Amino acid sequence: METPRATANTPSKTGERIAFAVMVAALIAAPFFAYPLFLMQALCFALFACAFNLLIGYGGLLSFGHALYFGWASYLAAHSAKVWGFTPELAILTGAATAAVFGLVTGALAIRRQGIYFAMITLALAQMMFFFALQMKFTGGEDGIQAVPRGKLFGLFDLTSHMAMYPVVAVFFLAGFLIIHRVINSPFGEVLKAIRENEPRAISLGYKTERYKLVAFVLSATLAGMAGATKAIVFQIASLTDVYWTMSGEVILMTLVGGLGTLFGPVVGAITIIAMQTYLNAFEQWVTVIQGTIFVACVLLFRRGIVGELARALKIKL
Amino acid sequence: MKRMISMTALTIALAAGTAHAQQQVTVKIGVMSDMSSLYADIGGPGSVAAAKMAIADYTKDRPNVKVEMISGDHQNKPDVGSNLANQWFDVDKVDMIIDIPNSGVALAVSQVASQKNKLFIVSGAASSDLSGSKCNANTIHWTYDTWMLANGTGKAMVKTGGDTWFFLTADYAFGHALERDTDAVVVKNGGKVLGKVRHPLNTNDFSSFLLQAQASKAKVVGLANAGGDTINSIKQAAEFGIVKGGQSLAGLLVFASDVAALGLPTAQGLALTETWYWDVNDANRAWTKRWQVERPGKFPTMIHAGVYAGITHYLKARESMGGAPDGKAITEKMKSMPTDDILFGKGEIRADGRKIHDAYLFEVKKPEESKYPGDFYKTRATIPAAEAFRPLAEGGCSLVNKS
Repeated sequence: METPRATANTPSKTGERIAFAVMVAALIAAPFFAYPLFLMQALCFALFACAFNLLIGYGGLLSFGHALYFGWASYLAAHSAKVWGFTPELAILTGAATAAVFGLVTGALAIRRQGIYFAMITLALAQMMFFFALQMKFTGGEDGIQAVPRGKLFGLFDLTSHMAMYPVVAVFFLAGFLIIHRVINSPFGEVLKAIRENEPRAISLGYKTERYKLVAFVLSATLAGMAGATKAIVFQIASLTDVYWTMSGEVILMTLVGGLGTLFGPVVGAITIIAMQTYLNAFEQWVTVIQGTIFVACVLLFRRGIVGELARALKIKL
Repeated sequence: MKRMISMTALTIALAAGTAHAQQQVTVKIGVMSDMSSLYADIGGPGSVAAAKMAIADYTKDRPNVKVEMISGDHQNKPDVGSNLANQWFDVDKVDMIIDIPNSGVALAVSQVASQKNKLFIVSGAASSDLSGSKCNANTIHWTYDTWMLANGTGKAMVKTGGDTWFFLTADYAFGHALERDTDAVVVKNGGKVLGKVRHPLNTNDFSSFLLQAQASKAKVVGLANAGGDTINSIKQAAEFGIVKGGQSLAGLLVFASDVAALGLPTAQGLALTETWYWDVNDANRAWTKRWQVERPGKFPTMIHAGVYAGITHYLKARESMGGAPDGKAITEKMKSMPTDDILFGKGEIRADGRKIHDAYLFEVKKPEESKYPGDFYKTRATIPAAEAFRPLAEGGCSLVNKS
């Protein structure tokens, strides 16, 4: 374990550190230049994509049901903030905890299979939960849970204005991002990568791969839930859009465009896609066509995604 | 120094000029509608056309009023709608949003308008909660609502012998409100509701729902849905022989555009309630001709008329106030001014935000009675404004209790 880590340390660590510093600086400066609500949306999706990337980029597991955790966490966060009167940070944690429970149950079922079967099981379970969201009383069906109060952080700071909400979202995003960074650079993360490369060999080395995969799955679901819960508090609405399968597809798209298996890729991918959806809004239904074209171009021209290609050109790890 | 004097003189001259003429008023209007899906025909591009006409008509002889307009698609998703509304109010500096033919989205946007203290005029959405339990001081409900539909079509059906009902309801805010309000009217008039089934918004296959309606043996199958859903359910009901089997259909919300899409052979005999119909008088016919320049071959619905009238009244109120009033102030002003426009005539906006005008109970003509394209309805009754809408005290609107 010692030797590869030591060699990986010198040039790549600096690249990562510079990139991280740039990102934090951008996070601080951004609300003074761009529309804070757009930034908060981008950050929620960036965290969602990072959580998804943890599973596919480092564990090699393609989940097609991540909308389940994102959406249900947003429902629970919205419900707890609106009906139970939770403060926003507690509501977000409630959402994340919900996603963790769902992740544990669905993950335990899904990781028994590999490849396309794994993807199909996650999709099926997510769709099942979508129909629960459609039919259950507390979710409000098509209307969603509306008029969710942003409330007061720790019961003290009023978050009604966008500028007050933004730092909270930024902190939740950074916390999630650092957790992921820690996980993939830990011995646990090394084992996960080993399983991705060659599972039988990992088994033969004595690792209980199913346990590793399950922990990765639950972590990914929990962080996806944190993203969804934050989004519900920011937009003051939890709706079917967030649990529908297209949301699972969107997060895959973000991760691929940004760069699969890179630390910063999902962030860049999420910002790119959300910016397209926001600023190309005037084209109405053409947005999906434009998105599709970009996706095709991405697959044909830069397969490693934006950040992946950049890292290769600069010969650093990002 | 000389320059400063001339500058001062210029400023004074300008100030005097504006005071002498009228105040310069600049406003921005956002038309948010369903541009591509099942409600695109009842609102959508037709609402944008109506908004353009209203702006053109009002600014024609008033060079001091400048109006900008943007439009957008809410895709029938409440989150998309509230997101877009936030962006319009914050970034694009929109003063007022109009239309939204989806009650779920309208309720969400009404919240945003209240929070940002702007104005939202509902023309497309129907839920009576918008001027009832979920009313606020920044929302005006213009064209029609579910209580008025129930009171029109529902009452008429019960009075003509349709005393047992089965509801086919669109499963969201609008359908629930329409079902609730109609249910109340049916029971109040001595009828009975035998059952109800809820279908997802934008459904293509109504067969299982229609079979349940058939099995209920109710005399009336009440369609608490709208737009594309109504068209599909009426067409499929015809295929299942529901009307031939002796049950009658009550289209609780049917628009002229739906009748055009269904065709008179399928739609004939349907009783329906509207607050505006293009072929009632010369003013409406002249307006429709102009509207059709942008929407050739189509017929305007009451929602389109509501968009036109709503914008007209808004601009009147804005011009009379001048400056840049906030949402609550302009809403107050609009409520205090009597409304008067070429499409709805004279009327008023109540304290709860409900706009009051006459409603009409129509019946769709038989194909042989229709003499020209768009000749859809014959009038069965006119419901005077005072009776057409829910009494002010019964809505449970907090704005009413206060005063």
